[in-house]
Amino acid sequence: MKAIKTSGLVIFLIGLAFFTSLLFVGEYKVSQETFETVIKNKNITSSWFINGIQSKVVNKQFSSSFSLSKKIISTLEASNELYRDKEEWGAIIYDKPHHVSYELLKKSGTGWVIENKGLLFFLTFGLGILGALLFILPNVILLGKPGIKNNGIYNSSATNKGWIGILTGFYLVGFYILMYFYPDFIVNWTYILDPISKSLSGNPASQWFVYGFLYCTVMTVMAVRMYIKYRHDMYQVIRTTSVLFFQIAFAFLIPEILVRFNQPYYDFKNAFPLDYDFFFEWHLDGLIESGNVGLFMLVWGIVLTLVIVPVMVYFYGKRWYCSWVCGCGGLAETLGDPYRQLSDKSINAWKVERWLIHGVLVFVLLMTFATLYTYFTGTASIIGIPTYELQHYYGFLIGSVFAGVIGTGFYPIIGNRVWCRFGCPLAAYMGLVQRFKSRFRITTNGGQCISCGNCSTYCEQGIDVRAYAQKGENIVRASCVGCGVCVSVCPRGVLKLENGPEKGRINPTEILRGNDVDLMELANQK
Amino acid sequence: MEHIAIIGNGISGVTAARHIRKNSDKRITLISSESKYFFARTALMYVYMGHMKFEHTAPYEKGFWKKNNIELKKGFVNTVHPDKKQLDFTNGTILKYDKLIIASGSKPSKYGWKGQNLNRVFGMYHKQDLDKLEKFAPNKEVCQRAVIVGGGLIGIELAEMLRSREIPVTFLVRENSFWNGVLPKEESEMINKHIEEHHIDLRLGVNLREIKAAENGQLKSVVIDETGEEILCDVIGVAAGVTPNVNFLRGSGIEVNRGIMVNRFLETNIEGIYAIGDCAEQREAIGQRRNIEAVWYTGRMMGETVAQSICGNKTKYKPGNWFNSAKFLDIEYQTYGWVWAEEKENETHFYWEHKDGKKCIRINFDTETHQFIGINIFGIRMRHEFFDNALNEKKTVESVLTYLADANFDPEFYKKHEAEIVEKFNKENGTNIILKKKSWTRIFNKA
Repeated sequence: MKAIKTSGLVIFLIGLAFFTSLLFVGEYKVSQETFETVIKNKNITSSWFINGIQSKVVNKQFSSSFSLSKKIISTLEASNELYRDKEEWGAIIYDKPHHVSYELLKKSGTGWVIENKGLLFFLTFGLGILGALLFILPNVILLGKPGIKNNGIYNSSATNKGWIGILTGFYLVGFYILMYFYPDFIVNWTYILDPISKSLSGNPASQWFVYGFLYCTVMTVMAVRMYIKYRHDMYQVIRTTSVLFFQIAFAFLIPEILVRFNQPYYDFKNAFPLDYDFFFEWHLDGLIESGNVGLFMLVWGIVLTLVIVPVMVYFYGKRWYCSWVCGCGGLAETLGDPYRQLSDKSINAWKVERWLIHGVLVFVLLMTFATLYTYFTGTASIIGIPTYELQHYYGFLIGSVFAGVIGTGFYPIIGNRVWCRFGCPLAAYMGLVQRFKSRFRITTNGGQCISCGNCSTYCEQGIDVRAYAQKGENIVRASCVGCGVCVSVCPRGVLKLENGPEKGRINPTEILRGNDVDLMELANQK
Repeated sequence: MEHIAIIGNGISGVTAARHIRKNSDKRITLISSESKYFFARTALMYVYMGHMKFEHTAPYEKGFWKKNNIELKKGFVNTVHPDKKQLDFTNGTILKYDKLIIASGSKPSKYGWKGQNLNRVFGMYHKQDLDKLEKFAPNKEVCQRAVIVGGGLIGIELAEMLRSREIPVTFLVRENSFWNGVLPKEESEMINKHIEEHHIDLRLGVNLREIKAAENGQLKSVVIDETGEEILCDVIGVAAGVTPNVNFLRGSGIEVNRGIMVNRFLETNIEGIYAIGDCAEQREAIGQRRNIEAVWYTGRMMGETVAQSICGNKTKYKPGNWFNSAKFLDIEYQTYGWVWAEEKENETHFYWEHKDGKKCIRINFDTETHQFIGINIFGIRMRHEFFDNALNEKKTVESVLTYLADANFDPEFYKKHEAEIVEKFNKENGTNIILKKKSWTRIFNKA
């Protein structure tokens, strides 16, 4: 069994090596036709840029995405500099340089990579999936009888911030930086998924398709790991299935299929303000122009945030979204599960958490207010701050860096729910409802707690669960996403996620159950 | 300001300190030779198993003690001088007190076996034991076999710990079935089976004759008394129960029997000196409880009680209904009220076991009045509050079974067994109990 596991790991690493090495291979040749299409689509009028690319790039062979990208970007930047000096604003190219470069590269791959998409798919995704499954499946036997098996988590370099963990962190951070900021470098990854993308939406794969496909793949494989690890716990099994379903169907397949039918790309479960660009001009216009379906999406999005989200949080706690539906939560609960113990449980971290997450909530609300103000009045700025800049900085700082690079890239260093705990504005909103108006709590079972601390250690949200349980108090915290792992790891059956009457939900106690009844009454009445 | 010194910073001492602080501004000093900061002894096993780091076993952050103005002193009390109200430490320092709470806990019992003081023979109780285990049994290469002596709760935890690193374990149990002094036959046998499923070499009904050393003075083997069999091993875990840790008090004038003798107010024979937790021995029995109860929960309850007395609200120690819990490898165990290994006179047991052999319950009730006396639960979680109320209100077994769905505390989506349980009871007793559906109103209105 261990041999199978080891060979699985080797196969996985080979797949990962192929996947990574794809960044450095390939041949590119921008044809006249591609060039003209991109110039037209991007509405580029800079003659400096057009002439430069025409002479230096078009119909020339390049042996890596980096060298081609470098040429394009240096020309673009020189062009912008020139026209800025001349104050010819109309000729400046405002698109992000790497995105213009991506547009050109996407259609210009030639040679071996393009001709062997199937083989490369097998060598990267195929080997990766196969290896990971071979690594995971033997756990059915190796983990022994069903039950909580956290043996060796703190002795392993991968899960205790050792070198494997740090290396994994670096890789993930690098991946997110490429994904968000250098899409032209990863154009080879898009090629190998073109066939799948075309079969779904009819379009070739974009970098976002790569991300979505990879996301679903990783979640599926790591969900298998969850099923094995928590096979004694039906809550975990059902919850994992739910979160996987919503990712694959709602976040991935339905939007792609909508595109095929010429409808707007729309993820029905992605609620504002997590979906921070819902009210952006391009998005609103896109929906409104799409007729009835678009209008339905618009109304649905607003109802989702204003009615469905709070009502569901009232009845079930924010877990219904965070650990049953949400994509970010879904990745955290599958890929991130091995890292849940790394969250910071200190009181200081809790303070930072409250400032940060509510700060982001305020930021997104102000940004959205400015956006709508601009949308309806046509004024481009509000109290001197340009709306566009607010949107840009939110998108860059929060949408990309916080949610992606830090949120996922740092899984192996600071735990798997960093974004959900410190950043997500939707979580902040639901947290307020959960804390003040909800039926959800984690019930503490009388006086049975032995203060062992398994619950706190494995709380991905950094809640010191034990601090409540050992006092016999229920846990009612804004940040709890109801993953149920504290319940699972408790060796004494002390905790249970429950939706019950609001009365008595918060129950501070002095003397715990089990002691003298009179003493309990005396002390608890004070 | 009155100075309260507390010897021992386990759950009893710490609970006392916290509650004294809640109710007064007295000066409090918490003394320990084991660890400056309070940690949960119950979690040491998880550190060895790699579930946690030692720092995770501390229930309070380091700043907690300062914030609550509780002084921490690391040191070993050599002698107590009640006349001078003074503690002498082994390092020569002294500490004056006005009132003293002794919560010195217990230590693993040893029964005078030959070779019991070899350095690879130790219990699993102190932080230092954990360090020893990490040193002598870091993996299956260094420790090719471990022998555990004594079949109680610590013994099975120690076996689980060693198995988590795949170290072969031989488990010597004196009784002819695991923990059968406490557990009835069926439950005990269920655990026997489960122990063997975990590839632990369980030897029932055997005693330890001697511990042998090799020529270099290192531990070599154990010899089993009944068969004379010699088992080579690298580590011996002593888990044959615990004894109050009170030797440092002998000769101090504080009355000590097996433990420190206390009355119902947890007072020793000397005014202003109290004893709580594992080290305390009750002069008069409390209900059917043992006079020395080395249990986490009772330690905590004594701490809660003594704090009241110290703060001017003189309070008798009156523990409520007995409850306890444990985990045997993968099988969780809870108990509420009394269920003895054998039915006492006038008691009837009802037993149900799930077909997978991993879950069971046993209800003990009065043969004539049918009053509910207690329940053992394995592999299912149930509400403390439900059974506490049933015991306080002297409910009948029929009433308990009727509302059994309210008692269930398993996570959502778990398979429920109440219907099956009630059906079996009805069949065996010719009753016609109808299981009521779970009601949130009933569950939460009792709060």
